[in-house]
Amino acid sequence: MDRMIYLAMTGARETMIAQAGVSHNLANASTTGFKASLQHAQTMEVEGPGLPARAFSMSLDRLADLTPGALQTTGRDLDVAIEGEGWIAVQAPDGGEAYTRAGDLRVDPLGRLTNGAGHPVMGEGGPIALPPFEQIEIGGDGTVTIRPLGQPANALAVVERIRLVNPDPATLLRGEDGLVRAQPGTAPPADAGVRLRTGALEGSNVNTVSALVDMIQLSRQFELQVKMMSTAEDADRASEQLLRMS
Amino acid sequence: MSQILWIAKTGLDAQQTRMAVISNNLANVNTTGFKKGRAVFEDLIYQNVRQAGAQSSQDTQLPSGLMLGTGVRTVATEKSFTQGNLVQTDNALDVAIEGRGFLQILMPDGTVGYTRDGSLKIDSEGRFVTASGYEMQPGIVLPQNTQSVTISRDGIVTAAVPGSVAPVQVGTLQLADFINPAGLQPAGENLFLETAASGPPQVGNPGLNGLGTLMQGSLEGSNVNTVEELVNMIETQRAYEINSKAISTADQMLQYVNNQLGR
Repeated sequence: MDRMIYLAMTGARETMIAQAGVSHNLANASTTGFKASLQHAQTMEVEGPGLPARAFSMSLDRLADLTPGALQTTGRDLDVAIEGEGWIAVQAPDGGEAYTRAGDLRVDPLGRLTNGAGHPVMGEGGPIALPPFEQIEIGGDGTVTIRPLGQPANALAVVERIRLVNPDPATLLRGEDGLVRAQPGTAPPADAGVRLRTGALEGSNVNTVSALVDMIQLSRQFELQVKMMSTAEDADRASEQLLRMS
Repeated sequence: MSQILWIAKTGLDAQQTRMAVISNNLANVNTTGFKKGRAVFEDLIYQNVRQAGAQSSQDTQLPSGLMLGTGVRTVATEKSFTQGNLVQTDNALDVAIEGRGFLQILMPDGTVGYTRDGSLKIDSEGRFVTASGYEMQPGIVLPQNTQSVTISRDGIVTAAVPGSVAPVQVGTLQLADFINPAGLQPAGENLFLETAASGPPQVGNPGLNGLGTLMQGSLEGSNVNTVEELVNMIETQRAYEINSKAISTADQMLQYVNNQLGR
């Protein structure tokens, strides 16, 4: 009896964890540049005497579903969205380089270009700092052009180029802060093929319909596991009754 | 008890904040010089339940780990300082700013507020004031018997007075600009306040150093796009419903456990 109830318990627990993942995706259904996390379960077999019937379930997630989200046009000149694949390099709070798809950029009082979460955007040579400007234009390849304050329209200055990368998704890891990082010790090279679209933001790529279907499926699966637990309980009660001295 | 409930709660909170921002935008669709806001979301920290690449046995590694997200939070409600459309009013005391910059207003507590709302009034002493009666900075006082007022594109205020052929130059309206206008703190009454995030104001005459120019007889309308806000509203409502669905599902799951086990 004990093996059965423990096996069913791991099933229920991991289903609950997967459900939390679906819940997290739904909570981020309108977070700019969010990538849905994908849950899957894996069998962990425990070998020992007797039949090989002790296969526990273990919930895992892959990096994320990296399909691009829908582009929402905002018209703001500091909003950029990546067309297709690629990442914007930003400086993580620990000083290292991290990657994000959230391109809601802004300029902080020190003139640094940061994204909505406050991470400085990296250029070819470190975080991008902008002199006072009147007009800013971000090109399709990440080139930042400004019209310095008080200068005529023909005195444009190219400041920097936003570092855009496109590493193999299998080498990327999502950190605890939601930023994506490369394997420690490696830095992917800048990729000229990554294109930006200005005046637009990439929405979350959470498919709410499929997330709801997942939620229902996981919920039924959970009930099934609980049913197994209650069956184990019934079997135990029956054997107890058999052995009872009346 | 169950993290699902709390994750879904963060989703509801975020959508509610977004709805409040949208309502505020829609409520101010006719407010002069109003700048629309938007809620900025960020995913919350992830719990590292299982480390990817950890050994699953001596010779094998887990190909992927389990990073469990904990929901969403609103990081900011930022203002979008795009130009609103200019409305012709033909009122001599209405000025619209075309381009960057803010009019400076002396607040009752002695600090300076900044506004894009150029519907100026004249008080009993002939001073230029806002609709709330706060004085313009630098202060401009019209002579007693002023017939008409002219405000030039570069901010020079002249008044026509009887008995004088040439109009009298009364003063100059100056504009203040910020490196990061989105960092200004909205203070109500169409005013914004300087913060550490906005940077210090750079004051100058209109048209100089990249500052905008003034348009007499016009007002700058709100930059709220009603269609966009309505679409946002629909999206927010659906996202809210879906998060409440997650709560009720988690509730049902726990209820099922309570009913099935340990009878």
